[in-house]
Amino acid sequence: MDINGADFIRALALLGAGLAMGLGAIGPGVGEGFAAGKACEAIGRKPEEAGLLTRTMLVGQAVSESTGIYALVVALLLLFVV
Amino acid sequence: MLEIIDLTRSAQYIGAGMAIGFGAIGAAMGEGYAAGMANESLCYRAENSGNVVRNMLVGQAIAESAAIFALIVSLILVFSAPSEQFVLFAWIYISAGLAMGLSAIGSGIGAGLAAGNACQGIVRQPAHSSAIIRTMLIGSALCQDPAIFGMVIAILLLFLDFSTVPLYPGWAAMLGAGLSIGLAAIGPGIGCGLAAREAASGVARNPETNTNTNRMMLVGISIAQSTAIYGFVISLLLLFTGHQENLALTASLGLLGAGLASGFGGIGPGIGEGITAAGALRWIARSSGNTGLLTRSMLVGMAVAESTGIYALIVALLLILVL
Repeated sequence: MDINGADFIRALALLGAGLAMGLGAIGPGVGEGFAAGKACEAIGRKPEEAGLLTRTMLVGQAVSESTGIYALVVALLLLFVV
Repeated sequence: MLEIIDLTRSAQYIGAGMAIGFGAIGAAMGEGYAAGMANESLCYRAENSGNVVRNMLVGQAIAESAAIFALIVSLILVFSAPSEQFVLFAWIYISAGLAMGLSAIGSGIGAGLAAGNACQGIVRQPAHSSAIIRTMLIGSALCQDPAIFGMVIAILLLFLDFSTVPLYPGWAAMLGAGLSIGLAAIGPGIGCGLAAREAASGVARNPETNTNTNRMMLVGISIAQSTAIYGFVISLLLLFTGHQENLALTASLGLLGAGLASGFGGIGPGIGEGITAAGALRWIARSSGNTGLLTRSMLVGMAVAESTGIYALIVALLLILVL
């Protein structure tokens, strides 16, 4: 293999993009699922508040999603900008 | 001086060790959970022990199947003849071991969770044990899907002829294919188990709603498995995309990165969607009139939890097809 500096940096940037998005997806996936599970339980307990509970669930999930989006942004930066 | 056959032979042994080493984790944990739950519930009502022990053993046998797949792949690696000409096969053997071993973790845990709560349910509702066992069997059999995806990739790696694939970037494509399905199968396996566990408890709590519970369990499990399917698709793409010889490190690590992205990216959504399905199933058994509302909430919640898995899939596809 012939490896020069630019190739080495680009190669590790691609590997880093894969790791960033892959590992970054674990937390939001588990966290949002947990929020949704608790919301389902709460809706089962009090169906008349379903609107409020769904809204709260979505707000909470949106916050939990943020780290996944950071990971996506960093991955895309590593793929296309760096 | 190392010959090529020394490399491929030693890679077979490392692959065999990783296949059964990782593959034994999940089954053992799941079976232990089933046995623990059986004991815990039998101490409240010991007269039903025959039925509960039989159910425990059936459930444990299903949980064991993922580890048996891993044992088979491991034995194939130990006893088949290694390639004498191509260093690429060393990476193929390691990747097959990783694909099988890692993918068996989640399935073993998941099937054990379902078996454990089914034992508890039989102690609580001995009259409805056949409905409980049916739900457990459906749930824990579906938990094995991710391990079966892993086994398919491992078998393809071991028995297809990859001798025309160039070593660079072929090594990274092969390793990435194993890691993609291996890691991506962990989360869905556990998630399916969480859903099946709550379904078994739900049927025991309210046997009249078992049709609803079973239907909901199937919906929940099939969505929780989606990220394992993404990992499987990325593995197949990595195996069968025609790779041109490219000595640059960028080409290799891009493919490895794709495998890692879809692999790790599948873990979280799989577990999270399983937790969501479990929450909905718990309340379908208690208030079956709200099934429609609960289904809707579950699907909305799962769709949001799926999003990061889809980002990971997109990054993996970009790495394979665009860059």
